[in-house]
Amino acid sequence: MDTLVQQVINGLVLGSLYALIALGYTMVYGVLNLINFAHGDVLMIGALSALSAIGVLQGAWPGLPGWTLLLLGMTAAIPVCIALSLVIERVAYRPLRNAPRLAPLITAIGVSILIETMAMLIWGRNYLTFPRLLPDAPIHLGNATISVTKVVVIVLAALIMGALLWLVQSTRLGRAMRATAENPRVASLMGVNPDSVIATTFAIGAGLAAVAGVMMEATYQVAHFYMGFIPGLKAFTAAVLGGIGNIAGAMVGGIVLGLIEALGAGYIGQLTNGIFGSNYQDVFAFIVLCTVLILRPSGLLGERVADRA
Amino acid sequence: MGATATAEPSNHPAPPGGRTPPRVLGAMIALGAALIVLPWAIGAFGDAWVRALCFVTLYVMLALGLNIVVGFAGLLDLGYIAFYAVGAYTYALLASPHLTEHFPALAHAFPAGLHVSIWVTLPIGASLAAAFGILLGTPVLKLRGDYLAIVTLGFGEIIRIFLNNLNAPLNFTNGPSGITLIDPVRIGSFNLAHPGTVLGMHPSSLVLYYYLLVAVALLAILVCVRLQDSRLGRAWMALREDEVAARAMGVNVRNVKLLAFSLGATFGGVAGGLFAAFQGFVSPESFSLNESIIVLSMIVLGGLGHVPGVVLGAVMLALLPEALRHTAVPLQDALFGRVLIDAEVLRMLLYGLATVGIMLYRPRGLWPAPEHGMRRAFGRVAAANGEAAKAVSGHG
Repeated sequence: MDTLVQQVINGLVLGSLYALIALGYTMVYGVLNLINFAHGDVLMIGALSALSAIGVLQGAWPGLPGWTLLLLGMTAAIPVCIALSLVIERVAYRPLRNAPRLAPLITAIGVSILIETMAMLIWGRNYLTFPRLLPDAPIHLGNATISVTKVVVIVLAALIMGALLWLVQSTRLGRAMRATAENPRVASLMGVNPDSVIATTFAIGAGLAAVAGVMMEATYQVAHFYMGFIPGLKAFTAAVLGGIGNIAGAMVGGIVLGLIEALGAGYIGQLTNGIFGSNYQDVFAFIVLCTVLILRPSGLLGERVADRA
Repeated sequence: MGATATAEPSNHPAPPGGRTPPRVLGAMIALGAALIVLPWAIGAFGDAWVRALCFVTLYVMLALGLNIVVGFAGLLDLGYIAFYAVGAYTYALLASPHLTEHFPALAHAFPAGLHVSIWVTLPIGASLAAAFGILLGTPVLKLRGDYLAIVTLGFGEIIRIFLNNLNAPLNFTNGPSGITLIDPVRIGSFNLAHPGTVLGMHPSSLVLYYYLLVAVALLAILVCVRLQDSRLGRAWMALREDEVAARAMGVNVRNVKLLAFSLGATFGGVAGGLFAAFQGFVSPESFSLNESIIVLSMIVLGGLGHVPGVVLGAVMLALLPEALRHTAVPLQDALFGRVLIDAEVLRMLLYGLATVGIMLYRPRGLWPAPEHGMRRAFGRVAAANGEAAKAVSGHG
């Protein structure tokens, strides 16, 4: 029972992070039908630049409290990520918007290699330690514990997702985004500028990735030039699980995938008599992905069809 | 507008088989002679170059195999290296003391250790890889493009995770430290690792491996060229251009896709087995996602779907690390007094740049297939046509 509560908490934290990242995938996929392979790397750049910013701030004003540093780090990371994402969109994706489907996908992979390699040049190939900024005294919930950082992750993710739903459902920009997703050509006839909507979508996704990246390193206290890859893949899985292109779906998919992973990792040892351990955690996401794609390719909440010629 | 969108009748029927023009024949003989002399000439600069040549041939095989899946059939596979891993581990397990050391029952049956001949291990590795190809292909049959890419990527990662972790409770793969003491290639009683005297000469083991690998790579090229012109090859290309139309023309989409996966995987399996024998050591590290992406960059750079282009791409990118080690590192040393970017990092940087640049400025690769082959899939014309067609259907 204790494991259950603890793993549910861990799953919620992981799931909130996945959901934040998945939103970036799903929004871009919604308007462009493109898997933005470099999204995980945008997250990594956000995390590492926040780490550097926090390092500089700590050097300049040693007395700053932890939460201010975290907030400032995040505000430094968000514009970096947005700028990077806009450059990627402008340079690598926009020229290929009408090209055959494989072309932007392959370009995206190339961009991803480029970003990772550059990050390796800037920040080195070693694991970097993220300082402990928020109080680390655990909060007890029965026999399970949760740290302040993890509470912040869950609350922040919930707030952001609420705001995003409002943005997409109830604002002029949101309507333009939905119209572009539906049919860019007709949307542009109705006075929507698809280029700017697409750029805005990339920017929002990048901002969310920055927040997710900073919270991820704050939770696990490491940062690395490769840290974006696996979470990126998992978040994509979450987006597919929820129904790609569907914003609420990405949130649900993220949380569900986080729970599956945490519970799976917590119980696989018992279930298989120790033959498989928690080192197989990364396999669950892919099994989930394959199962969803085979059984229900439109995802849990999706109405979109997976197979588009 | 409509006229540009319709397919034009093929003005260039495939050249009739049989007679090869003398010019081509001459070029082939010259190329053959060059391939034979190459290791001796380049060996003068050091064994590292001959070793690099061996890896070039392995990458040529991998690129050709991936080209069947991505270039011919148009199915983007990002986990291709998994098949290489399957081939390599099959060879490694069947021709090394590892299994007999860890499983007493086996040791009892084979007191001298498992030393299966390459004539057996290579076919087993290739068929296992093909089986994995079908295993991967079956669930993803209905998926297209980007979904397929992600699932195959996940598959590649799963294989690597299993290779890394299948050392407990039963030690199959020896985990991250990999399998060592793999037998070299033996043909009859002739051991490629200790060649001695051959035809009055004293070739090094590396040179002999080079000849073996080149022979297999040439065979792979031949198979690819013949496949491309075959009924199956045409079915793949029809599938790549338009799945619905291909189905309407009577192509059995399921079988044709599975054949693409399994044949592509077979190439990977063979290359993997040879890699294990050549290297004498395998570990999960050699089968990372990066490797899949490197092979993909090779075929993208050379020209998706065009065999000579793919070979060119593989040769260029596989020689790059060795070339960088000998140029970029001393150059940086001379310019800045220290090495700012080491060769490995520079290589990835260049791979990334090449992939993006090629896709933006020369989407059909450095040595693309002739117009009538590849143009719908990767040409600018195709993009324009697609636009026109979309616009027309949008009005209807």
